[in-house]
Amino acid sequence: MPGDIPTTLLAELTHRCPLHCPYCSNPLDLVRAESELSTDDWKRVFTQARGLGVLQLGLSGGEPLLRKDLEEMAAHARSEGLYSTLVTSGLGLTRARAERLKEVGLEHIQISIQDSDPLVAERIAGVRSVKHKQAAAALVRELGFAFTVNVVLHRANLDRLAEIIDLAADLGADRIELANTQYYGWGLRNRSSLMPTRDQVERSREVAEQAIQRYRGRMQITYVLPDYYEPYPKACYGGWGKLYLVVTPNGMVLPCHGATQIDTLQFDNVRDHSLEWIWTQSDAFNAFRGDSWMKEPCRSCPRKAVDFGGCRCQAFALTGDAANTDPVCTLTPLRRIVDAALTQAVEEELEYSYRYIAGEPQQV
Amino acid sequence: MTTPDSRRLTPDSVPRLWRMARLDFDRVRQRPVLLYPEGAVLLNDTGAAILELCNGQHTVREIVHILTERYHADVSDDVTEYLAGMAERELVRAG
Repeated sequence: MPGDIPTTLLAELTHRCPLHCPYCSNPLDLVRAESELSTDDWKRVFTQARGLGVLQLGLSGGEPLLRKDLEEMAAHARSEGLYSTLVTSGLGLTRARAERLKEVGLEHIQISIQDSDPLVAERIAGVRSVKHKQAAAALVRELGFAFTVNVVLHRANLDRLAEIIDLAADLGADRIELANTQYYGWGLRNRSSLMPTRDQVERSREVAEQAIQRYRGRMQITYVLPDYYEPYPKACYGGWGKLYLVVTPNGMVLPCHGATQIDTLQFDNVRDHSLEWIWTQSDAFNAFRGDSWMKEPCRSCPRKAVDFGGCRCQAFALTGDAANTDPVCTLTPLRRIVDAALTQAVEEELEYSYRYIAGEPQQV
Repeated sequence: MTTPDSRRLTPDSVPRLWRMARLDFDRVRQRPVLLYPEGAVLLNDTGAAILELCNGQHTVREIVHILTERYHADVSDDVTEYLAGMAERELVRAG
């Protein structure tokens, strides 16, 4: 609806990354370095975002520290009044860079942790990384940044949830974000190896609830359950084009980081249009606003005001039509697709397809 | 657990904003706003006035006193209730 004011911009500064996690939220078709936006492009985007009402900026990737101009961009974001979060693997966070980021007013750093067991952590990351992450976490604490640890959960680490939460506390985190894998892009490609069992999910729910009580006042814990095991779909960021936008490394603007795969939509680029035009006028952002695009059972369902029909990216990924009900919903016959995936997943061996940029040598 | 529950504010508590939160003014919405990791609360002027005093230098009792003088009205219930809500969300902590 015109009049929606976004609160959050996720800036994917690069798709380059030293890690090769098989659940990466970047698309299968990764953007190469030479196509990335320039420093000035990004600064213009941040200014336009603030003018549009954005308050929260995620400086993300890939690994954003691979951009040598990160400090300049973080400084610009702060001067515009944005609250910025650096979303990093921790690799490449030297003391000099961390001190400079603090100086220019970066407020919050998120470091990803793959597992509490270092061997499994490095098997998932596809690279030696545990010691670098510990050093990065120590720096973040020492310099007084707000500090969040984030963890993607899946079949191979979910049984260690309690240990993972304790590890984040030992590292000195103010917050931990625990999110089960979302199955688009790389996650979907690796779904049968990543999907937890129902028993694992039930146990993890109890572990998380107990930890939330135990750590209250010391470390905030947010826990996102795997939607495949839920009866109703998740309400993505308050609905399509409502609060959230993503800019990809080459300047494409998306209502959700999983949206590139929806090839029936044409996404506009900050190289051609202002962010305001794209947010308010573009076909892609208006495609699923309101509820006139909905089919049954969503159209007549009271839950449409709660979850907006679920995730458009997931509906497209699993059914080929982004206007369908999210197949996680038990009120649609499409749910059989999700149920079939759950049955299949627990029978598969763990065998990962690691993320890599097409044409570049694989190092895993 | 031996540490006191930081969510429970008494008249003698000295509330301060969560160390990760920052007050600002949003010129687009023309509203004061509390910013913190992955979140923002749009405030009204009264809320902002209360939170500005959560700087670790005043007790809840003193905040009530300051705002009662400023607004020439008894605001004790409003302040107490507002701070209890913010403390429950851990955006304000007892010092």
